Amino acid sequence: MKFLVCISLVPDTTTKISFVDNDTKFNTDKVQWILNPYDEWYALVRALELKEANGGTVTVVNVGGAANDATIRKALAIGADDAIRIDASGDLDSYAIASEIAAVAKSGGYDLVLLGKETISDNGSNVGGMVAELLDLPFISYASKLDVAGSTATIERDIEGGEEILSVDAPFVISCAKGMAEARIPNMKGIMAAKTKPLNVVTPQGTASLTTTVKYELPPAKSACKMISPDNVGELVQLLHNEAKVI
Amino acid sequence: MAVLFLVEVAAGKVKKASYEAASYAAQVATQLGTEAVGLALGTSDNAELAELGIYGAKKVVHANNADFDSFDAGAWAKAVSDAAASVGAKVVIIPQTLTGKAVAPRVAVRLNAGIISGAVSLPDADFVVKKTAFSGKAFAFMKITSDNKVIAFVPNSVGATKGSGSATVEASDIAPAASKVTVKDVKREGGNVAPLPEAELVVSAGRGMKGPENWGIIEDLANVLGATTACSRPVADVGWRPHHEHVGQTGVAIRPNLYIAIGISGAIQHLAGVNQSKVIVVINKDPEAPFFKAADYGIIGDAFEVVPKLTEAIKAFKASQG
Ligand SMILES: Cc1cc2nc3c(=O)[nH]c(=O)nc-3n(C[C@H](O)[C@H](O)[C@H](O)COP(=O)(O)OP(=O)(O)OC[C@H]3O[C@@H](n4cnc5c(N)ncnc54)[C@H](O)[C@@H]3O)c2cc1C
Ligand SMILES: Nc1ncnc2c1ncn2[C@@H]1O[C@H](COP(=O)(O)O)[C@@H](O)[C@H]1O
Repeated sequence: MKFLVCISLVPDTTTKISFVDNDTKFNTDKVQWILNPYDEWYALVRALELKEANGGTVTVVNVGGAANDATIRKALAIGADDAIRIDASGDLDSYAIASEIAAVAKSGGYDLVLLGKETISDNGSNVGGMVAELLDLPFISYASKLDVAGSTATIERDIEGGEEILSVDAPFVISCAKGMAEARIPNMKGIMAAKTKPLNVVTPQGTASLTTTVKYELPPAKSACKMISPDNVGELVQLLHNEAKVI
Repeated sequence: MAVLFLVEVAAGKVKKASYEAASYAAQVATQLGTEAVGLALGTSDNAELAELGIYGAKKVVHANNADFDSFDAGAWAKAVSDAAASVGAKVVIIPQTLTGKAVAPRVAVRLNAGIISGAVSLPDADFVVKKTAFSGKAFAFMKITSDNKVIAFVPNSVGATKGSGSATVEASDIAPAASKVTVKDVKREGGNVAPLPEAELVVSAGRGMKGPENWGIIEDLANVLGATTACSRPVADVGWRPHHEHVGQTGVAIRPNLYIAIGISGAIQHLAGVNQSKVIVVINKDPEAPFFKAADYGIIGDAFEVVPKLTEAIKAFKASQG
């Protein structure tokens, strides 16, 4: 099977978020970029496991500028066979990103397109469904298990308050959540091999975004925490009822 | 013209997030000088759907076709975009439940519409919408530049406002496109309590509980409150709790009215998924636990002593309320 794994770059999970230019731009100064955890831990690793079990190739694709290359190489070090970077920079929205990915996915003839359930920076959960619609393929979202036999996949996905088990024939698009695989740490051999694996840069088709970000805002600072004695939990109950009005 | 919103029905009942969608759509419709129309897919009875009128819907289009009951994102998205075309809706409102998250982006592509997901506010006069970003560490204000617009809002963010209207329910013969997905089994847990993303009250615990055998006191507290239980990531990772209970940056993001965190240190990745809760209570034996900085109310103490006492106090309070 040919697997295409969509990988995005996000600020490291401990990044303190701030903004510049009158709060219209994310302050990227000193930001350490990492692969989006869902893409790396679940989508990529599960694709690699399936390839190791059944054969095939794993290609990773990223839409972004040349500064992303070093981080993309990490996906190659973890085990992807090759990478495609669609050389688009600037603020692209999920539709613009999805359009670029769909074009590459279509020409490459992949059996499975895997994504993370969301980017931890945008939290849009948009790109996967859009790619599926653009390719007119089934979209299985929030999958926590994926098995493939022949060209048929059996998938477990999260639904409200539980799980659903379904089957679907390739090709399809799947977004991956926790449970699907265990994160892998690249070893020395992988890191060395990654240096010579192909990272192909392709020209974007240039689909325009349909949204713009006007400005950003940080949540209001929390007022100081009110401490209550462990011997007087009744006071907490009263505060939750009378002051906070949540019970 | 109309503003269309998606209605979800589970076990014959309209979901709470759909009432909120009705409210949201009704307010957008007022801004635009038009009406809110709901679209319900799958089996449910008309009386139940008519209730959406109380929240501002003028009409609910109902495709009472059991083939919609087993969810397929592609089939649902086609139905939504067909309905948008037939009622002349340029704006579609979708609650960001797990179902909504799969449908909304497909609808956006079908309608050539820009989408704002993670919305936590109504559009302002310029149609700028506030949305969550950076896992709850910030908000972005976004504008849709296309003619058609899709807004996917976070449940519990704008609230369902009750009025006194009523909705007519209109049968529709929209049928699902043939699906390539076969649903084989559905496993639901948790019985009556609200699933995490919709829950108003959440009791959550972490590694401070020492082991899965100690979760009884957490469940007792959740039960007296009618709250849903959650946990920190390491707890789900080692299998003390089911993984769908894991909240945080890499788990479920929630915004309940009340979040009680017990024996959780308050790491930044945990906070990222819960910091939009309206009120946070932290119970931790370590006065230096970072979670206290993000809390509204705190108790420094041993969970094994404090939690049972709190459960009793809430029981007594509920009894006094009758
Ligand atoms: C990329 C990435 C993503 C992550 N995503 C998430 C995520 O989504 N969600 C998440 O939760 N974590 C996430 N983490 C992990 C996170 O960094 C923390 O390690 C984790 O949240 C800690 O869990 P905890 O608070 O239960 O355990 P600990 O940090 O071990 O804290 C236990 C707490 O219990 C207290 N305690 C101990 N005994 C008692 C007692 N008897 N009574 C009261 N209090 C007691 C201790 O004082 C301590 O504060 C992520 C980490 C990374 C690197
Ligand atoms: N710039 C990008 N390049 C490649 N894949 C991306 C990009 N942005 C998002 N994705 C993929 O789409 C998924 C969902 O992203 P989002 O819609 O932003 O939540 C991510 O987990 C990635 O798999």
